[in-house]
Amino acid sequence: MKNVTITINGAEQQAQVEPRLLLVHYLREVAGLTGTHIGCETSLCGACTVLMDGRAVKSCTVLAVQADGHKIGTVEGLANGGQLHAIQEGFWEEHGLQCGFCTPGMLMCSHDLLAQHPSPTDSEIREAINGNLCRCTGYEHIVNAVKSAARKMTKRVSARAA
Amino acid sequence: MAQNGKPTSKSNGKSNGTRNGDAAPWVGRKLKRKEDPRLIQGISHYTDDLKLPRMLHCVLVRSPYAHAEVGAIRTDAARAVHGVVGVFTAEDVSSIGMVPCAIQMPDLKVPKHPVLATERVRYVGEPVAVVVAEDLYAARDAAELVEVDYEPLHVITNMEKALGNETSYVHEEFRSNKAFTHALKNGDIAAAFKKADRVVKQRMINQRLAPIAMETRAVLAEYLPGEKRLTVWNSTQIPHLLRTQISVMLGLPETAVRVIAPEVGGGFGSKLNVYAEDGIVPWLAMKLGRPVRWSETRRENFASTIHGRDTINDVELAVKKDGTVLGLRVRILADLGAYHQLLTPLIPQLTALMLAGCYKFPAIDIEIQGVFTNKMSTDAYRGAGRPEATYIVERIMDIAAHELNIDSAEFRLKNFPQSKEFPFNTVTGLTYDSAKYQESLKKALQLAGYDALRRRQKNGLKQGKYYGVGVSTYVEICAIGPSAATPAGGWESATVRIEPTGKVTLLTGASPHGQGEETTFAQLIADQLGIDPDDVNVVHGDTLAVPYGIGTFGSRATAVGGTAAYLATQKLKAKLATLAAHLLGAKPGDITIGRRVLTAKGSKKSIPFREVVMAAYTARSIPAGFEPGLEATHFFEPSNFTFPFGAHIASVEVDPETGEVKLEKYVAVDDCGNVLNPLLVDGQIQGGIAQGIGQAMWEELIYNEEGQLVTGTLMDYALPKAHFLPNFTLDRTVTPSPVNPMGVKGVGEAGTIASTPCMVNAVCDALASLGIRHIEMPLKPERVWQAISHAQAAPREPEPLLVGALAASAARKNAQKPARRRT
Repeated sequence: MKNVTITINGAEQQAQVEPRLLLVHYLREVAGLTGTHIGCETSLCGACTVLMDGRAVKSCTVLAVQADGHKIGTVEGLANGGQLHAIQEGFWEEHGLQCGFCTPGMLMCSHDLLAQHPSPTDSEIREAINGNLCRCTGYEHIVNAVKSAARKMTKRVSARAA
Repeated sequence: MAQNGKPTSKSNGKSNGTRNGDAAPWVGRKLKRKEDPRLIQGISHYTDDLKLPRMLHCVLVRSPYAHAEVGAIRTDAARAVHGVVGVFTAEDVSSIGMVPCAIQMPDLKVPKHPVLATERVRYVGEPVAVVVAEDLYAARDAAELVEVDYEPLHVITNMEKALGNETSYVHEEFRSNKAFTHALKNGDIAAAFKKADRVVKQRMINQRLAPIAMETRAVLAEYLPGEKRLTVWNSTQIPHLLRTQISVMLGLPETAVRVIAPEVGGGFGSKLNVYAEDGIVPWLAMKLGRPVRWSETRRENFASTIHGRDTINDVELAVKKDGTVLGLRVRILADLGAYHQLLTPLIPQLTALMLAGCYKFPAIDIEIQGVFTNKMSTDAYRGAGRPEATYIVERIMDIAAHELNIDSAEFRLKNFPQSKEFPFNTVTGLTYDSAKYQESLKKALQLAGYDALRRRQKNGLKQGKYYGVGVSTYVEICAIGPSAATPAGGWESATVRIEPTGKVTLLTGASPHGQGEETTFAQLIADQLGIDPDDVNVVHGDTLAVPYGIGTFGSRATAVGGTAAYLATQKLKAKLATLAAHLLGAKPGDITIGRRVLTAKGSKKSIPFREVVMAAYTARSIPAGFEPGLEATHFFEPSNFTFPFGAHIASVEVDPETGEVKLEKYVAVDDCGNVLNPLLVDGQIQGGIAQGIGQAMWEELIYNEEGQLVTGTLMDYALPKAHFLPNFTLDRTVTPSPVNPMGVKGVGEAGTIASTPCMVNAVCDALASLGIRHIEMPLKPERVWQAISHAQAAPREPEPLLVGALAASAARKNAQKPARRRT
């Protein structure tokens, strides 16, 4: 067993884990955060996407021990004190989800994209979420959701700057 | 396939979701979904998110062989793993009933289907043992240590070999690999083919597909011996039907079983079933006296959750030279896999029913053989039989149009029934409720800029550019369905309860898993009662809370479940009117229900909705004989199916050097009757189109000759990804259904049905000038490139069968024309 210290959504947590424990299992079974879903365990579907130090990673191919000393962001940490994140609002308003299973991964992946590219084109959005599979939506409403979020975030940044 | 740079998505939704004043109905608005806040915050609960005290985990040990005798199973090493609680094999679970098949037909061979394999395994992935442990990692470690002796047997994967020269059998006891023969004949088919100027023939294969709901299957079971209550959380589309089947499999009174479908992460038909694990996991929970959870891995999901399609179709169309269709003859081999799951033998029969498509065929002759092979069972996958039928009809229509040199849109328009002919009786024995096929196709042609696309195609050829235009129309059978036509009842239930405070609870037997019925059903009830959708709480998926229901599948939830909710609400409206009339001193017939108020016509007297509701509960001032409370239940039995329809057009460019297909434009005009929420209807259609394009272009489950699933991971099975697809251009026509009072039809499968033939038609159209008439799906670049290469290298083959005078005239024409190559 190994000791790990992981900061999840801003709160530092310590635990003893098997070295082979996947980060996604750590989040779901040890930390009790089941918003991060498991869709394949082989890094192909993206449902388990979380942020590690701000960048999107597939938590089924990261070991909990690899996250030792790092900051992890999950879907549960997106909203701020009951205020939805612009990306969450975008998905809600543009009907970017149906069954909702891929959604947490899509949200976290979009978070990474918009941090790197605040106003992506349709094509850039489609490339960016390429590693995240959705079987319900056909992706078009997801693209609209990310665009909507990008507009909101840009507006909020400029409002703050003004 | 590359992405179109210019998004062209548009929709004709009639409102933007904001209130336009109190009078505007909620139905028809693009309302945001009520279910989304919990889903976008990661605070909803799918089965695998649930954790109970003392919960155990289980893992199935599955056969690596497609066909083998099962010998000794050694479990000692597995049992020795720290944390393992038990290992169980077929002998241990012999008290569990068979995995059920709900379909009865004359001469149907129904093999025994034990939950764990007994003497033989018959497909890769068939469960042979189950390991239970304190945690998942221990259970997986132990499962690897279970040793099973297998004696491999001859493997049957090819349907034609399975039927011809049979020397080995998937099920020895039947001495045959044929599970059933189903025929549907109507009209004078011999005369049709005799009269024909031309017979257009094509073999076409509908490949095997994986449904791939993003949430795999999962089961959590807990048994409380004191209360004698088994609770099963299951990622299912059919909680009540599953409850009945679990009680039969485990020999429990149905009243002792509670099934809860919590958040369900997609189904597409794959969770419209009863699987071995649905019996095993509850049995383990009872046996061990502790809660047990099982979650399928994606690999298991590929191997051991039902597959879809997998048919070989020999199609012959009899047609006059003026383009009038005379008759259709179809011979289908349907690969059923090794066992029947719940609906396995039903799916090809749905194909037969829908083979008339949107056309006036005077005669039809269909024969289907269901074949056992050493593969996972096929069953209902999004569309379930209708995509197969539509593919056959729309492909042969396109091939015929090319052979007759008639424009493919014109050819279709010529053979549609006119809208005044509805209700229209089809040659397959159905009565289509209502449609305007001409209107929908013409709208699609206009939106696509069809004439310009054809001009570009013609000009393109001169520059070596291969542009194709695919046209596909479709009609689907929805709102399944009248009970007489279904194995387990085709009705749906709803209980509407106005609570004392005026808030409303709807208990619906439909069990949504992404379709958004918590929103749409709330919209329709809100309009009826003059309240807001936020006042309506839609409860579903818990058999202890909800009256017996059938479930969400077959595009039935709104048309059948929504109608049940609507009709239950009508009963409450009558009761509210009676009580309001009593309180206001008016006649019940004079009461109208407005926004949160009930008013007596002809007088200024009115009473707030909440006061009437409270009066029904306090019951101090009610008319004689008035039953206190405000709760009504309705079980809606539809008089017919509904038949949504539409027309899709795809514009593609094929690169002859690489075989790559670029989808440039995709136009869909769909008609699902009246629309409750345009935003959600668009979502269903877009998702459906993507899934249907997936079949046409990329998806294929391949079993090799040893029965190994070669494309059994998401690495090998190509699901549509975001950058594979452009935005779609959507529009609608609205032809209300007369079958239900809301005039709704259903939309869940429409996109999947139309888009597959539409894409293949487009690609084959692009390559028609090379003499290519058909390419089997999926149209991966390699396969398209091979077709092009063969066409360019192949010697000229004889023209298809020509009959009578047309043959002579064609022969004369051919003598004058340069040779045309065919694949």
